Amino acid sequence: MDNQGDIWEVFIQSKPGLAHKHVGSVHAMGKEMALQNARDMYTRRQEGTCIWVAKHEDIVASVPEEDGSFFEPSNDKIYRHATHYVMPEGAKNI
Amino acid sequence: MSDLDKFLEKIKNNVKIEPKDWMPDGYRKHLQRQMSQHAHSEIIGMQPEGNWITRAPSLRAKVILLAKIQDEAGHGQYLYSAAETLGKSRDEYIHELQTRKAKYSSIFNYPTLTWADMGAVGWLVDGAAIVNQVSLQKTSYGPYSRAMVRICKEESFHQRQGYEIMSQMAFGTAEQKEMAQDALNRFWWPSIMMFGPHDADSARSGDAMKWGIKVESNDELRQRFIDKTVQQAEIIGLTIPDPDLKWNEEKGSYDFGKMDWDEFWQVVKGNGPCNDQRINHHIKAHEEGTWVREAAIAYAKKNN
Amino acid sequence: MENKDALINYCLRVGDSSLVLGQRLAEWCSNGPILEEDIALTNISLDLFGQSRMLYSYIAELKGNGETEDSVAFGRNERAFYNTLLSERPNGHFGDTIVRGLLVDAFNFHFYTKLKESKDSTLAAFAEKSLKEVTYHLRHSSEWIIRLGDGTEESKNKVQKSLNELWGYSDDLFEMNDDDLNLVSEGVAIDLSSIKPLWQETINTVLSRAKLTLPENVFMHKGSRNAVHSEYLGHLLCEMQYLQKAYPDAKW
Repeated sequence: MDNQGDIWEVFIQSKPGLAHKHVGSVHAMGKEMALQNARDMYTRRQEGTCIWVAKHEDIVASVPEEDGSFFEPSNDKIYRHATHYVMPEGAKNI
Repeated sequence: MSDLDKFLEKIKNNVKIEPKDWMPDGYRKHLQRQMSQHAHSEIIGMQPEGNWITRAPSLRAKVILLAKIQDEAGHGQYLYSAAETLGKSRDEYIHELQTRKAKYSSIFNYPTLTWADMGAVGWLVDGAAIVNQVSLQKTSYGPYSRAMVRICKEESFHQRQGYEIMSQMAFGTAEQKEMAQDALNRFWWPSIMMFGPHDADSARSGDAMKWGIKVESNDELRQRFIDKTVQQAEIIGLTIPDPDLKWNEEKGSYDFGKMDWDEFWQVVKGNGPCNDQRINHHIKAHEEGTWVREAAIAYAKKNN
Repeated sequence: MENKDALINYCLRVGDSSLVLGQRLAEWCSNGPILEEDIALTNISLDLFGQSRMLYSYIAELKGNGETEDSVAFGRNERAFYNTLLSERPNGHFGDTIVRGLLVDAFNFHFYTKLKESKDSTLAAFAEKSLKEVTYHLRHSSEWIIRLGDGTEESKNKVQKSLNELWGYSDDLFEMNDDDLNLVSEGVAIDLSSIKPLWQETINTVLSRAKLTLPENVFMHKGSRNAVHSEYLGHLLCEMQYLQKAYPDAKW
């Protein structure tokens, strides 16, 4: 931890029912301060209904160099997408 | 395909570069310099406007100005936050600012002498910044681009706030109008020099364009700003202090006079009217806050 | 008529305290110990200015003589300002500001909680809105006091000293005059003696978590309810009202 505190990533839910979305980060010493700083920093225009903060160092991210091995295996499994299936002409609401 | 080829391919196809992607060292360094300079400008820019918060002439003007300066603090924070993804901490960036290794926009080394300067700063300085930032939304580095999108959305009221002050004063008493014209006279040239040196004299522009960090050149952006601002001055009856300013029918934009680059470089070098004041203010606040940050860190260690 | 003057004076007490403290907190702009805190203090300042504007508009409406929120704010001198002594105390260092904040925020929290029930519907609505804001202010100042009190040796000493110095202005928060008492009997104003124990309990809870102790045998300064202030207020107003006074014919 340097003199500016830890970096905390901030995720905001803009409306009930929506997913939390990453909006940026704040510096803070401790989780209460992180939450308050996120509130003051990212919801000045009533942008949110709920805030999550997570310490940057606790977030595990995939590595871009492994893009291929990590994501491509699902490339050929097109049967996971609804558009893969042929529906009989005239069928509705499916 | 080499890392560099893959990188250039992405730039060509407008695919954003993200923090963990491979990037040329020069690209990283250029971004670190440009983004931190941008962040420092927001933070140092709080001072000349903060100079008038306690003296704002109405409660409405006071809260608007305060909310605007608060946004600037927020924008500085978004930009530091984006710049930190390049592997350098905010502490390091701040250290570079305080030791004058890093620069910030030289416009903030001019003093704000009257309330009309709050008008001029909002109208011209924010106006120029917005032209630049709208363009930077398309920058190739993902975190920078996202910060710019957010900043542009929030800044929409800033320029209008300044222009409203200018127009109120321009249509006010004789003394107010005089203050407004005086503010325009003092801020016009430094504002149009905010876009930086002419393209031909801008050493680093080439790389920045090649890498998609900048998508439009200094001169293009400056011209756009001047073209939209002239009419705004006219309708509030103020005169832009440039006798050479005139419409060029052929190129469909304004011709304008020579900028004083000697003055510009003097201010960049540290010899502007407020360079020392701005940096000393920043250092003082930082040092007076040391015990507070230490206490908060000590408490967090014990309790988290 | 008398009641209207009493109500106006009551609104000045509350509105002036918000305005003056807002002005003090605005002085923190670009001076905070960490960037995020600059924004937090500014948020509180903006809330306080908003509160004073609501009350000044109400005063202008009650007077009905062409006064505006700005004439109320910028048109009076030291001896016509009714803000509390605490609100005008200089910012000092961050610990001083936070202690001042805690004492005021805890007061406002209990005050607005009660004022929500006022028979004056404008005051009640004002209190309801303000309560949401000061609840957050109280959380902010409490958490900082705890951090500073239970942080380092240096921070503990500093903030204990702040408390020792500022405590003597806390009784002044609870001062009432005869008009206030009349308004209390009509159910418009709040009997401040009724919220004092609640306030004391909040302060005690926070201070014990912060490992700080209240100073004993402190002389209590008073006078602001009768517009008798410290020298600090005059300078604050001088600065705040400068443009309005230098250019009385101008509109801004």
